[in-house]
Amino acid sequence: MMPTTVYVPCDTTALAMGADQVATLMAREAADRNLDINIVRNGSRGLAWLEPMVEVDTPDGRVAYGPVEPDTVAGLADAGLFEGLSSHPLALGRTDDIPYLKKQQRLTFSRIGITAPLSLDDYRAHQGFSGLAKALKRSPQAIVDEVKSSGLRGRGGAAFPTGIKWQTVHDEPAGQKYVVCNADEGDSGTFADRLVMECDPFMLIEGMTIAGLAVGATQGYVYLRSEYPVAHRIFKAALERAYDAGYLGDNILGSGQRFDLEVRLAAGAYICGEETALLDSLEGKRGMVRAKPPLPAIKGLFGQPTVVNNVLSLAAIPFILDQGGKAYANYGVGRSRGTLALQLAGNIKRGGLVELAFGITLRALMEDFGGGTHSGRPLKAVQVGGPLGAYLPESQWDSPMDYEAFAAFGGVVGHGGVVMFDDTVDMGEQARFAMEFCTVESCGKCTPCRIGAVRGVEVIDRIRAGDNREANLELLTELCETMVDGSLCAMGGMTPFPVQSVMKHFPDDLGA
Amino acid sequence: MAHPNNPPPFEEWTPDLIRQQVEALKGMPGAMLPILHAVQDRFGYIPEAAVPIIAESLRQTRAEVHGIISFYHHFRTHPTGTHVVHVCRAEACQAMGGRQLEAHIKARLGIDYHQTSRDNEFTVEPVYCLGNCACAPSIRVGDAIHGRMTADKFDRLADQLTTTTLELK
Repeated sequence: MMPTTVYVPCDTTALAMGADQVATLMAREAADRNLDINIVRNGSRGLAWLEPMVEVDTPDGRVAYGPVEPDTVAGLADAGLFEGLSSHPLALGRTDDIPYLKKQQRLTFSRIGITAPLSLDDYRAHQGFSGLAKALKRSPQAIVDEVKSSGLRGRGGAAFPTGIKWQTVHDEPAGQKYVVCNADEGDSGTFADRLVMECDPFMLIEGMTIAGLAVGATQGYVYLRSEYPVAHRIFKAALERAYDAGYLGDNILGSGQRFDLEVRLAAGAYICGEETALLDSLEGKRGMVRAKPPLPAIKGLFGQPTVVNNVLSLAAIPFILDQGGKAYANYGVGRSRGTLALQLAGNIKRGGLVELAFGITLRALMEDFGGGTHSGRPLKAVQVGGPLGAYLPESQWDSPMDYEAFAAFGGVVGHGGVVMFDDTVDMGEQARFAMEFCTVESCGKCTPCRIGAVRGVEVIDRIRAGDNREANLELLTELCETMVDGSLCAMGGMTPFPVQSVMKHFPDDLGA
Repeated sequence: MAHPNNPPPFEEWTPDLIRQQVEALKGMPGAMLPILHAVQDRFGYIPEAAVPIIAESLRQTRAEVHGIISFYHHFRTHPTGTHVVHVCRAEACQAMGGRQLEAHIKARLGIDYHQTSRDNEFTVEPVYCLGNCACAPSIRVGDAIHGRMTADKFDRLADQLTTTTLELK
């Protein structure tokens, strides 16, 4: 008889919830029952609240169980997990029928959790490298045109059209050019880059290789944050396998084309997620923000033309080359084309990854997918787009998630992180933290950011203490304006957004 | 393989070992960060004595090297306790009681951030996001991330980490 395949995910969240121990216990329980099982360490499906989510192959497709904590393994085995039975309370039925998953439109994340991250066979069996195969048969300009037709905009937060960035680098005279992947995913509430690198690393390798072919770059770097040890381990192993199989190196798939790729570890500086600070850091310097122009596309890494793209932008490329830019652009609304990887986090019942075409409302996301707060208490505020994003009150939850709709009321989609807070949150404390974070993470190059943030913490402390409140609120208003208008980059320029949103929508928490 | 909670102990540094490490990597483009990581990963921290060696090898001033080390939160210039506990201070963890957890961990270990406990078992560092935001609050011990952390769970973990297991054969 064929052994039964049991899947135990291996991404950071599954591991953080005990997946390694679960895998060991599964093997032991099966051995005790004389059952022949094959444990596959797959990626995560992105249903974080169910992690570790164990799946079992059945003639009917995979069935899921979760969250499987180590002490539930024996009971699950007794209740027929290895036979795929669904009598245990943790049984979730067929994985494909789980509504949270079924309602998504997974283009970029179509493989996560289905495949074993480091299996080239799995990757190829699910359209892996077919985008690269097509790119190798086309001219660089044709690749750039395909990306332009997709309408893809930078998923790191700035939403700049990817095809236009590539065109600029493509048009620079031949010579050493670079592709740099920004994997310094520092925004709280975001983990989609991590999921790409841990659950489907070959997709990023493929996307970067295609970018190299398109712009004439022969060297790529992934700048990965040091806070992601699991992603680092898995991605390094994936690079080795891609080299061994001829997907990277000086003769990609026998085409005579060359692309080399290396992962570089960051060192815990939020500012290095800003692309010019990132380039300085890659060059071995302090991560100081550069004034633009010159644009990195013209003078980037080591002064050479450089594509700097977020993980998610590059991860969207294999689909676009394989299925065509039009197929990607068929999703979305207005000028926000394709899908957005939303990450539901914080005080939430069902947190995880939701990939959907642009246009869903925040409320639908938080309620239909998220199921409300984890604590069961009323939701008070939600921060979208990381620590530099505004705190949104209920009156703004019906806005559709797209770049323009959010910009219209001063919100930012950013990298797609959604962090929910229940009614126990003190918004004054959150406003203070926004400034405090900026004092810790400012690169120090420009005064509004370096000094403004320190003054911001002090003024907010005085306001919260009721010390000359009206005058200090006025001072804070002016300070925020100065930082927004006078800072060199988004760090100082957007730190006031959460603060201003608290002043406007939650004045009670600032002692009104 | 060592459990990620318990990484292998660090080597004692000597100027020669540091020089060796620097020489091995100095040919890389932008070699500074890879060198600093390698030194810290091998010896546990970046000793003061490494600064002139790195400076000379990469043709930079000592001030520049010092400036780079001090810019990045990850790099440290002093040895740590046996276990480095990174406590996430960012928003998703705050929304799930991260501030209370932070206070508990500091109280339990009797130290503040960037300090090492007297028994040399623990060093506590703040971190701004471990990317486990849907199962917050999170901490990192060595290379292992722990999710849905509570005061009780932390106490059990701390006990486990400080208890030596004797294997009887």
